Amino acid sequence: MSRQEQPVDVVLVGLGWTNAIMGIELAQEGLNVLALERGEDRDTVPDFAYPKMADELTYGVRYKLMAKPAKSTITVRHSLVETALPYRHLGSFLPGDGVGGAGTHWNGHTWRPMPEELHLRSYVEDTFGKNIIPKDMTIQDYGVSYEELEPHFDFFDKVLGVSGKAGNINGKIQEGGNPFEGPRSSEYPLPPLKRTLNDTMFSDAAKAQGLHPFPLPSSNASEAYTNPYGMQLGPCNFCGFCERYGCINYSKASPQTSILGALKQHKNFAYRTGCEVIKVNLSDDKKTATGVTYIDGNGEEVFQPAKLVVVGTFAYNNVRLLLLSGIGQPYDPVSNTGTVGRNYAYQMMGGATLFFKDKVFNPFIGAGSNATTVDDFAINQIDFAKEGFIGGSYLLAAQTNGQPIHSLPLPPGTPSWGAGWKKAAKDYYGHSMSISSHGSNMSYRDCYLSLDPNYKDDHGLPLLRLTFDWKENDLRMTQFMKHKVTALAKGLNPDFLKVSFKDIGTHYDVRPYQTTHNVGGAIMGTDPKTSVLNRYQQSWDVHNVFVLGSSSFPQNLQYNPTMLVGALAYWSAKAIKEQYLKHPGPLVQA
Amino acid sequence: MDSNHTDDSRRRFMKGAMWVISASALGSGVMLSANASTAPELSQYKPVFFNEAEWHFVLAACDRLIPADDNGPGALQANVPLFIDRQLQGDFGQAKDWYMKGPFLEAPAELGYQSPLTPAQTYQKGIAATDAYCQKTFGKVFADLSAEQQDALLTQLQSGQVALTDVSAKQFFDFLLQNTKEGYFADPIHGGNKDMAAWKMIGFPGARASYLEWVDLHNVPYPMGPVSINGDRG
Repeated sequence: MSRQEQPVDVVLVGLGWTNAIMGIELAQEGLNVLALERGEDRDTVPDFAYPKMADELTYGVRYKLMAKPAKSTITVRHSLVETALPYRHLGSFLPGDGVGGAGTHWNGHTWRPMPEELHLRSYVEDTFGKNIIPKDMTIQDYGVSYEELEPHFDFFDKVLGVSGKAGNINGKIQEGGNPFEGPRSSEYPLPPLKRTLNDTMFSDAAKAQGLHPFPLPSSNASEAYTNPYGMQLGPCNFCGFCERYGCINYSKASPQTSILGALKQHKNFAYRTGCEVIKVNLSDDKKTATGVTYIDGNGEEVFQPAKLVVVGTFAYNNVRLLLLSGIGQPYDPVSNTGTVGRNYAYQMMGGATLFFKDKVFNPFIGAGSNATTVDDFAINQIDFAKEGFIGGSYLLAAQTNGQPIHSLPLPPGTPSWGAGWKKAAKDYYGHSMSISSHGSNMSYRDCYLSLDPNYKDDHGLPLLRLTFDWKENDLRMTQFMKHKVTALAKGLNPDFLKVSFKDIGTHYDVRPYQTTHNVGGAIMGTDPKTSVLNRYQQSWDVHNVFVLGSSSFPQNLQYNPTMLVGALAYWSAKAIKEQYLKHPGPLVQA
Repeated sequence: MDSNHTDDSRRRFMKGAMWVISASALGSGVMLSANASTAPELSQYKPVFFNEAEWHFVLAACDRLIPADDNGPGALQANVPLFIDRQLQGDFGQAKDWYMKGPFLEAPAELGYQSPLTPAQTYQKGIAATDAYCQKTFGKVFADLSAEQQDALLTQLQSGQVALTDVSAKQFFDFLLQNTKEGYFADPIHGGNKDMAAWKMIGFPGARASYLEWVDLHNVPYPMGPVSINGDRG
């Protein structure tokens, strides 16, 4: 029998970006809000204080701030007929852990999606015809439009204190910004970060090819800033310890620096750490949730009653919690029935490294979002019928860090050890820059999440199983980008050039880091037969359960997901405040 | 700015400015030490994880993976073996953060680490098996081979051309090389990178972590030496 806690109005599962947003929005309404966080408590001081953060081995290589696979991991297989095996140590993606979640260790790339990406299937069908969509590609519309989300993008920009240059304000194209972006209602809150040498070189190369370079929208503050919650940021000092690290300097927007300090002032908000939710409890008719069950730091099972449950853990963990709780019907790719776990997608990356004997880049002068980009090969710029794929990428030249254990690019042909390796390290450290592509990944019938039949966690509960591999459509997209990146790189006349893009036939590899932009599995949409959540991220099946995060994406953006994740959380919070609290029940009739 | 046009007065100014920045970057809670490092001499160090035979192997292997020469410190000068000894006693060596529940199955390489062995166990088995192979083939252990023989054998381990008993030669080599580079470049707080000599060789300023004034000074070599987490200056 579980110990039972005092009932609350709202229980938040996880305390990263999404539930920091939901927490403050509902606490401001006067609701009694409790957050349960599996990991430890974390704040800028003491957890991210200088000098201990400037430790590449501990944080950048041993991943001290990340979720530990020993406690929580997934299994992976490439196809339906294989046995999935555990992701035993971190590599391809780095889920966060503790208060702040992955929002503490991100780089701060803060992109809005393109309007077309939010109704991708309709856009593709209307523009190019139904026939260009491959048979097993399961892309969908989100059910919410860019125009509906714009006020929330705008507000989240201001919460984060994004540094950048708008390219489209109310339909008017702005010089120096992204001319292909959706219309914005206002300029970025802060001007762009200062530019490093790689930025100016890339910018010149892009302009020479008729492209439109602009500063990557950055949640590393370019100036001192106070956000709408009264939280203050200091200017980023380009410390070179951003991604994989907490910010030493109150410069990188994070749940801690942007929201939690204000949220903790609310007496009707509380949070408990070391509490791992293992189940959303349901009423007998399974139409409403009664609360959640968690294991506390002492290993004791606790029932926490609540009127409203908001699930906001890392993307795929949301899906696992729904499956463990029996919310919705698990997806079966063979019969093509059920929804929970459907449409997992990832992100397609590629890149080139350019070596210059006579250029000094000082790569340790870095900020997570220090980059110049072009969006000329975005989803709304490519003729999918002509090119033979659906998707797009932005290209970027970034200088985020010069940490020598994991960021020491060496020219092609360099031996991996011995005197030759050491000489190359001495000669070429600080003499290279990169040009990368960051691209979309479509969803497919056989790329999905389910409970694993073989592997379990410490509580004896099944791990989540990922079935995923790269498909020809997306590999063709990255090959297209390879040509664009190579042309830009050659335009700069490097002494050596190393190009790395996935070839047709490449299998998904869990070992090298790619991105932590895992999406889907609990997707939003307009039809309960093909989505887990309605357009407000409310469960179709259990109306007092909302699920926030990139698990809602029906396929992946070409961009980094945090801006859309945050804006969707504000969109859901608005629906809860203005509609759900007055009339608890489904916000959309199935 | 082009470095060729930097005149002396400008250089002096920038050096002066950087002293201010470095002091503020270190913060108030950090001891500034003008003394040379207090890192132990490798010859005086008594390994805790490795036994004597294993230690001889690790010293010899590290010396080939990053040999000493005029370009910069070798792995032994940088106390890399000491770093590895500490790592294998600690969380990394014991795979404390890794999911190590069975069943352990053969898998394509793309599915990642699937060995039931911790890194510490991989070293123990790998060293024993490599030395046994060397005894059988050359009549002596790895540490007593010539540098050329050692290089050839390390190359065979890396490519998996040598099959070792009970352990993957390639996995063993991969850990050894990864940890050697880590010990070479990690902050000295972890026991390697003695005197920050590896950072000095490449020009990495370590834990300075404050560069705003330098962002838009393009193509100018950064003039300051490294600092460590403990406040040592190089």
